[in-house]
Amino acid sequence: MSTVQLSARQVVWRRRRSSAARTWREFRRHRTGLVGLCVLVVFALVAIFAPLLANPDGLEVTKATALPFTAPSSSYWLGTDESGRSVLTLLIYGSRVSLFVGLMSTLISMVLGTLIGIASGHFGGVVGTLLFRLTEWFLVIPFLPLALVLATLLGPSLLTITFVIGVTSWPGTALLIRSQTLSIESRPYMERARVLGAGNWHQMSRHVLPNVMPMVFANTTLTVAIAILAETTLSFLGLGDPSRVSWGTMLDSAFSNGAMTLGAWWFLFPPGICVVVVVLSFTMAGQALEEIFNPRLRDR
Amino acid sequence: MAGLLDIQDLSVTYRTGGEDLAAVRGVTLSIASGESVGVAGESGCGKSTLASTVLRLQPKNAVVTGQVLVGGNDVLTMRWGHLRAVRWSDASVVFQGALHSLNPVQRVGDQIAEPIRLHDAYASKAQAQSRVGELLEQVGLTAARARSYPHQLSGGQRQRVMIAMALACRPALVVADEPTTALDVMVQAQVLKVLTDLVGELGLGLMLISHDLSVLATTCDRVVVMYAGRIIEEASASTVFAHPRHPYSAALAAAFPRVGDPAARFAPAGLAGDPPDPRRLPTGCCFHPRCPIAIEACRTVDPPLESVSVGHPVACIRAGEPQPAIPVRAAV
Amino acid sequence: MGGGLLSGRDVEVTFRGRGGRPDAKGVDGVDIDIAAGEIVALVGESGCGKTTLARTLLGLERPSAGEVRYDDHPLRYSTRAMRGYRRQVQLILQDPTGALNPRQSVYESVAEGLRIHHVVDRSRKSGQQVNESDLVARALSRAGLRPPERFFLSYPHELSGGQRQRVVIAGALALEPDVLIADEPVSSLDASIRGEILALLLKLRDELGLSVLVVTHDLGLAWNIADRIAVMYLGRIVEIGSTEEVLGAPRHPYTRALLSVVPEIDQIEPVVLRGETPDPSRIPSGCRFHPRCPALLDGTAADRGIAEECVSRPLQVLPATGAHRAACWLVD
Repeated sequence: MSTVQLSARQVVWRRRRSSAARTWREFRRHRTGLVGLCVLVVFALVAIFAPLLANPDGLEVTKATALPFTAPSSSYWLGTDESGRSVLTLLIYGSRVSLFVGLMSTLISMVLGTLIGIASGHFGGVVGTLLFRLTEWFLVIPFLPLALVLATLLGPSLLTITFVIGVTSWPGTALLIRSQTLSIESRPYMERARVLGAGNWHQMSRHVLPNVMPMVFANTTLTVAIAILAETTLSFLGLGDPSRVSWGTMLDSAFSNGAMTLGAWWFLFPPGICVVVVVLSFTMAGQALEEIFNPRLRDR
Repeated sequence: MAGLLDIQDLSVTYRTGGEDLAAVRGVTLSIASGESVGVAGESGCGKSTLASTVLRLQPKNAVVTGQVLVGGNDVLTMRWGHLRAVRWSDASVVFQGALHSLNPVQRVGDQIAEPIRLHDAYASKAQAQSRVGELLEQVGLTAARARSYPHQLSGGQRQRVMIAMALACRPALVVADEPTTALDVMVQAQVLKVLTDLVGELGLGLMLISHDLSVLATTCDRVVVMYAGRIIEEASASTVFAHPRHPYSAALAAAFPRVGDPAARFAPAGLAGDPPDPRRLPTGCCFHPRCPIAIEACRTVDPPLESVSVGHPVACIRAGEPQPAIPVRAAV
Repeated sequence: MGGGLLSGRDVEVTFRGRGGRPDAKGVDGVDIDIAAGEIVALVGESGCGKTTLARTLLGLERPSAGEVRYDDHPLRYSTRAMRGYRRQVQLILQDPTGALNPRQSVYESVAEGLRIHHVVDRSRKSGQQVNESDLVARALSRAGLRPPERFFLSYPHELSGGQRQRVVIAGALALEPDVLIADEPVSSLDASIRGEILALLLKLRDELGLSVLVVTHDLGLAWNIADRIAVMYLGRIVEIGSTEEVLGAPRHPYTRALLSVVPEIDQIEPVVLRGETPDPSRIPSGCRFHPRCPALLDGTAADRGIAEECVSRPLQVLPATGAHRAACWLVD
């Protein structure tokens, strides 16, 4: 009899693998989604293997040997910045911060948003209403003023940016998850679970969460896009860590050092283009995922 | 014999990603004016597909052969303009789940008026409104109900609104697909009364589809029983209900027992197994895996629909034998 | 005293009206008993309060007045007490498709109850050697799915409607309850499959001694399997007694009307009641059925000189056990 139990678990895993394979097959059919995914993979590899692609010394202002604002040439593919550093090196290392902050703050946002969303959808009465009001309250907190205040209080750093983005983006997720939870709560199998004697934890973890996960997943990819844009904005405004380079700080430097009037397009455009391309890729991949998980969208 | 509706050897096959699903297999059926015919069958037997072909509403991936003559004209091959004219004004359909087919944000009067305005571009608003009032009264609601929204009406009232909508353009034929399935017995009685009264007053032809044979037996003149896409028995309503010759008809008849029948007391009747998957029909007689009186030959021979007595065709190779009661006591 | 295994006394359930609307009495004074090994049918139309009463007996709703007693102890509504109660009284829902989580296999659905109550751990502590898969297999077998191992790894969408309902029943049986409450157990199933599910309920009563409360609007179902029947109208039981008595010689005009509209070949003249069941927030004075009562409307009540009482004098709550009784001034 124990063999049956073992294989029951094994087969559950096999089913999970086959449903993942099926999702992948469907995803493959979305050309835009695939393009988005490929681009993201490229950027991820660049960020991970940055030390192999570019010399970390290239970040040191003191070690810069080239003249500032030189145009792209064979030795400096994207030219140099105002201190003579290679823009390409900056771009490659900048991807690390941008992607990392984007992902980290998304993680905070998703975890917080999912937990509070499920809880406020599941619990009625005082608890549910309180959580819902809390979500609404956080929803209206303005992004920039909060960032400015926190940067002043805590000092500009990556942590500040991550915190700000996480805190201001979780309500959107929470509202989405909450409405999905409410619709699941009304399904007969939830009532059956209650009749069988399931407590709140069992209902939320065994029934609500698995049914909500696909939506969480699709929403995550879209949230990352927003987070990266937000990070770029905050770094551009000078609220980021001045000792670390990111695409946003590059834009900030380019702007404040008059790259436009000097005609140094190689310093101004690449970081902006990178941000746009990454955000677009996340959006394309996220939309493809959403179509797969939401069958009603598929038929359109 | 040009009746109101003449279905000749109709077959509908759905092409779904490689597999062919034979929903309807060679059905011949006709309905004359003022006649009500019941189509009995359960899920998967093809009855809803049959209903949809009457107005050529079958999905695009359906391959259709045969003829469906409405008032003498083949609906399946007519030109689009002609079909639009036929739809709703020669024949109309009340679909299964009609309760949920009403637009929740539109008043019911406007929804009933919609086909009227579509078919008669010159109808003024006042004319349409008075026709709507007339229709609502015909189905037993007051004309003032036209201003209600669907959620303000009960299940039975919504079903009557659907019937009123079906009558909007004065069709000669109405097809009702499971019109009373979700309703209580009293409301069901009210709705069936509306249908029978309308058939009597307006001389309509009615095709009533249901899995409840007792409903068909009391409302219709003739009953046709479908299983796995084919007609397996056809006779007058009382004959099919009281003296069925096909074991499946007997099971359907016994499933809704007569209250007070001692034979049904603590003896629920039904069949083992499930209705067959149209993609994997059994060989021979498609009913044989569930048939309580199946013999060896049933596995290989697909019995044709043949009359055992006058006007009573049955598709069973044992239909001609002298009939003991067909055992339908449910085994667990 | 002298109640059955599960009983309700003077149960009232009031739903607060929202936004200024009046309160609605879902259940307005009910005495009901379900003895061990008995099948009771709670019959009525939608809106009569039968589902509310069933949910109150299950402990899912708290009565606003009166009490529910199990095994002669009043129900306590603390979380712990409710947990224990769940092992004694279980529910079978109407729609088997919705009642099963589509992402859980049959094994997981049936084992869910066992896991919630830590049945395996508790049994082991008390010295018995049990295995979760044994208990799941036993529940599936009892529900008629054999061999049970074949169904362990199936998912709901791979099963037929009848099989899904059996899985739901197995899930309830896994906790080895004494009472099953079945809310319209076969209304969403095909006609030919009703029989086997009903036969299963009878078998569970015969072999395991389970009591069953079946909530339904189908009188034929009550005739098939119920020992006793209680007819509800607008929150009250209007007639109660053994099935033979109530359906064979109905005393209340409402029961008579219901019976007369059940479709049958040689029907007595059907008494189709007019209008709809009134709103539970505006219960009529006197006898709550009087606005639609055929006896009042056709003068029978007036002839007997009790028309006044029908309109003004409210009736008592019927006792739960004992002889066949009807809440009607025409009946002494």
